[in-house]
Amino acid sequence: MAKPNPEDRGYSREHEWAKDGGDGTVTVGITDFAQEMLTDIVYVELPAPGRKVKREDPFAVVESVKSVSDIFAPVGGEVIAVNGDLEEKPELINRDAFNTGWIAVIRMDDPGELALLMTAGEYQAFIEAENA
Amino acid sequence: MELLFEKSRPGRRAFEVPQSDVPEVPLEDLLPPGLLRDDTELPELAEIDVIRHYTHLSRRNFGVDLGFYPLGSCTMKYNPKINEDVAGLPGFVSLHPYAPPPFSQGNLQLLFELERYLSEIFGMAAFSLQPAAGAHGELTGVMMIRKYFEKKGEKRTRILIPDSAHGTNPASGALCGFQVVTVPSNPEGNVDLERLDALLGEDVAGLMLTNPNTLGLFERNVAEVADRLHRKGALLYGDGANANAFLGKVRPGDLGFDVIQLNLHKTFSTPHGSGGPGSGPVGVGDTLLPFLPVPRVGEEGGVFRWMEDFPDSIGRVRAFCGNFNVMVKAYAYIRSLGAAGLRRTSEIAILNANYIRKRLHPYFDLPYDRICMHECVFSGRRQVREGEVHTVDMAKRLMDFGFHPPTIYFPLIVPEAIMIEPTETESKETLDAFCDAMIAIAREARENPGMVKSAPHGTPVKRLDEVRAARQPDVTWTGRKEK
Amino acid sequence: MDYIPHTPADERAMLEFIGLPALDALFQDIPEKYVLKRLLDLPPPLTELETAMAMKGLAERNQRPLMTLMGAGAYDHYIPAAVRHVLSRSEFYTAYTPYQAEISQGILQAIYEYQTMIAGLTGTAVANASMYDGASAMAEGAVLAARSLGRGKIAVARTVHPEYRRVIGTYGWANGLEIMDIPYVETGRVDGAAMARMVNGETAAVLVQSPNFFGVVEDLAPLVASAHSQGALVIAGFSDATSLGLLVPPGALGADMVAGEGQAFGNPLNFGGPYLGILAASASFLRKIPGRIAGGTVDREGNRGFVLTLQTREQHIRREKATSNICSNESLCALAAAVYLASVGKNLRDLAVLNVRKAAYFRSRATDKNGFEPLFCAPVYNEFALKCPDPRGINEALENEGIIGGYLLEKEYPELQGALLFCATETLTKNDIDRAVSIMHRAAG
Repeated sequence: MAKPNPEDRGYSREHEWAKDGGDGTVTVGITDFAQEMLTDIVYVELPAPGRKVKREDPFAVVESVKSVSDIFAPVGGEVIAVNGDLEEKPELINRDAFNTGWIAVIRMDDPGELALLMTAGEYQAFIEAENA
Repeated sequence: MELLFEKSRPGRRAFEVPQSDVPEVPLEDLLPPGLLRDDTELPELAEIDVIRHYTHLSRRNFGVDLGFYPLGSCTMKYNPKINEDVAGLPGFVSLHPYAPPPFSQGNLQLLFELERYLSEIFGMAAFSLQPAAGAHGELTGVMMIRKYFEKKGEKRTRILIPDSAHGTNPASGALCGFQVVTVPSNPEGNVDLERLDALLGEDVAGLMLTNPNTLGLFERNVAEVADRLHRKGALLYGDGANANAFLGKVRPGDLGFDVIQLNLHKTFSTPHGSGGPGSGPVGVGDTLLPFLPVPRVGEEGGVFRWMEDFPDSIGRVRAFCGNFNVMVKAYAYIRSLGAAGLRRTSEIAILNANYIRKRLHPYFDLPYDRICMHECVFSGRRQVREGEVHTVDMAKRLMDFGFHPPTIYFPLIVPEAIMIEPTETESKETLDAFCDAMIAIAREARENPGMVKSAPHGTPVKRLDEVRAARQPDVTWTGRKEK
Repeated sequence: MDYIPHTPADERAMLEFIGLPALDALFQDIPEKYVLKRLLDLPPPLTELETAMAMKGLAERNQRPLMTLMGAGAYDHYIPAAVRHVLSRSEFYTAYTPYQAEISQGILQAIYEYQTMIAGLTGTAVANASMYDGASAMAEGAVLAARSLGRGKIAVARTVHPEYRRVIGTYGWANGLEIMDIPYVETGRVDGAAMARMVNGETAAVLVQSPNFFGVVEDLAPLVASAHSQGALVIAGFSDATSLGLLVPPGALGADMVAGEGQAFGNPLNFGGPYLGILAASASFLRKIPGRIAGGTVDREGNRGFVLTLQTREQHIRREKATSNICSNESLCALAAAVYLASVGKNLRDLAVLNVRKAAYFRSRATDKNGFEPLFCAPVYNEFALKCPDPRGINEALENEGIIGGYLLEKEYPELQGALLFCATETLTKNDIDRAVSIMHRAAG
């Protein structure tokens, strides 16, 4: 059973979350539902800090034993930090996708893009519909 | 079991270097010491150590000579021993690839005739025997397609690939600079003609089609597909991995394929060698003939020679002429079987696959309920529902029954896929024993799922932790003592 | 002989069970107009006895040479008997790729050991389980370098094997890379100064070979420094793997990847294949290097075991994002190499030294006549280029005595007229060499 989706952030159709830092930046990661689908994560390919991304650009890669998945930027901007802990411990995403399993911090080009994301409730409905 | 390095003891030797019969000029006069290394870290073993080590290792390995491999798409047929013997004849084994033609007429004749036989079997104009494996042949085929359009001055950037394709297909397309576009299959498991039409723009170089496809189903509309492509100036590439289904029955060249690659280690019985070497000849129709790799073998007045003068050739994809020793075995196989034997091969391969399909149908979900060709695809979904038992668990449990598992989780369009290809060299008794085992496991999945989920039980090692292997890669032994 | 066990009774029983009248009914999906109505036009089938005779006849249409004086990418080394015996274990040669690890521990452990030995010999952190051959190993290394760095130019030394360069050219064209040729100097080595002028921030990799095609041992360290100063990677190749037993490993000199031919380790000449591509690299390439890799792990009871790992690099998972499409490799040839290395062990160095001495003797005897001179003065391993009068005539004289002569250099190097490339391994005796030289000298008049 996936953990409940925190209310304090927005969600994309590709199962990423973006949490507003209140200072023009967002922290992004993937949802608990996504990590369950991926099963044991063995490696995370993180973007280099300084990289510029547009909304929905693939900007990181998550590998499990049997699959590779692109992670898409939920908002556009500049990557200003990445979670170095994931290099040694990719399993952080499996254990705690919403907190210590964060992937990157992006300084937004256009904070308006946050409104394009789903709320926790909308995301829950979305995944239930997809898997009916 | 210990590693070679753990058995190593200083001073032990399995091999002696003869005394030099030429003057022992001081090494530093020949090579400056700065160019020379310290000692190597190679192990020190006696010959008995080496032989026991590898003999024990071989006993921890499954092979066709031990049991059945129902691996879909791999055509794990029996490897005739006479082929191994003739491939070991000194005349074939000991010649240098650059031996002048007077020394190598036998080899050149073999290459020439093998090319002729394959051209006849598959209805193509000519073959290159250079690619070292099926994927290599694919890459060569896609390169030829690219060169063709370059020469024509047409900018075609996209290549179409069905969603059921083997992973080497999109990889080869991408490696040649094409943008890969996926074509969906229809509910019968064939290429969806309407979707194909929608995708067939002037920028499409071709479609890569496996026929029969990875569901074991013949593309009923293949000639129609070829026609639509050709009318748009595009080409049809055939992945010949499943050729065991149609030898002597139909020829890809007649169906309109412009280029196909084969796998000698599948259809033509050469051994898989635990992963290789294979051989992936690539055949072409007249359209792509000028672009074949060089050199090729020509014949004049019964004398064979190398020919290099093909200005539009894509060049070389490997050094020398290809995996020659593998070709010797395939050649001997074709000579042994003849036309009648090849045709019977496909007939019985298909008979065997349909027999399994009929026996297992009551117990496993069959996504495409129609006559299959040389392989059939089931889904393990029912067992997931009934006991949370997944295809991978059932595969591991099969090992306890003495069988190698079938291909699993491929093709991607079937969830919990189980792809079974028996080949023609397996007897009815073997097929029945396999089906009995599969049925027993299906019952276990309902009544005793734990047994299946914790399988295998009877193997030298139990289920291995692949996650750990990927998270903490250990790819060379660094001398750490075993815990 | 078709190796099909089914009797007519088996066929009938199975057709009845399936519910079909005859075998033809199984082919109903093939459109009628394309079904072959004739038998394929092939020679008639043969019994095993007849197959044996036919193949023997073909093999005998070849001429077994008394000796082979050529290397040029394929080397006539002695193969210890143990190699053939291990390779004839059908648990190894009739096995499939070890995706199902629990019943493939034999080959997986053997490959892990092979990777370890190759990494040690090349001075690298990771070696894969094989590529097709030295040429495609170098080519795939170049493609990987270009993709990793996002740069589009590759500089290749002209002293790399000509066929390897062609394959690199083909792969480079397919990937939209620009290939630049690095010239060599009169010593027979890479022109380091020209290389430094050529390599810049757009160069993904520099490809060199040592010992190079002329048999010359390169001084790799300054070339590596020069390439690295521009951020370019260095891919160092080789074609006689036994040289790794004696020369400083390229990895230790800073090469980022080592890509070469492993045929010399336990694989016969085989008229050109199957051979063994060796690809090894520094640790940073672990997750990018193409091909299969065996990795150590444990099973659920804590026992050591091996699996194919990091498979997400490979085509069957990454599909169009894979950096290579390689699937079947040269596994059994890698096993031969492993058994060879396990048998020869630390004596590999002495074996390599013997090669060097044999070639030095050959060269000194051959040049002991007017008109015969070494073409290059830099140190060589077991091959050397010989300037000689009428190289074609010399080879013809050798061939008339059943000897395969030297490689005619002007074919691929038009600027090197009148020169042959010779090789001497441990399989040539002093008498063989003396005899060959006397034929060569006599032919020159």
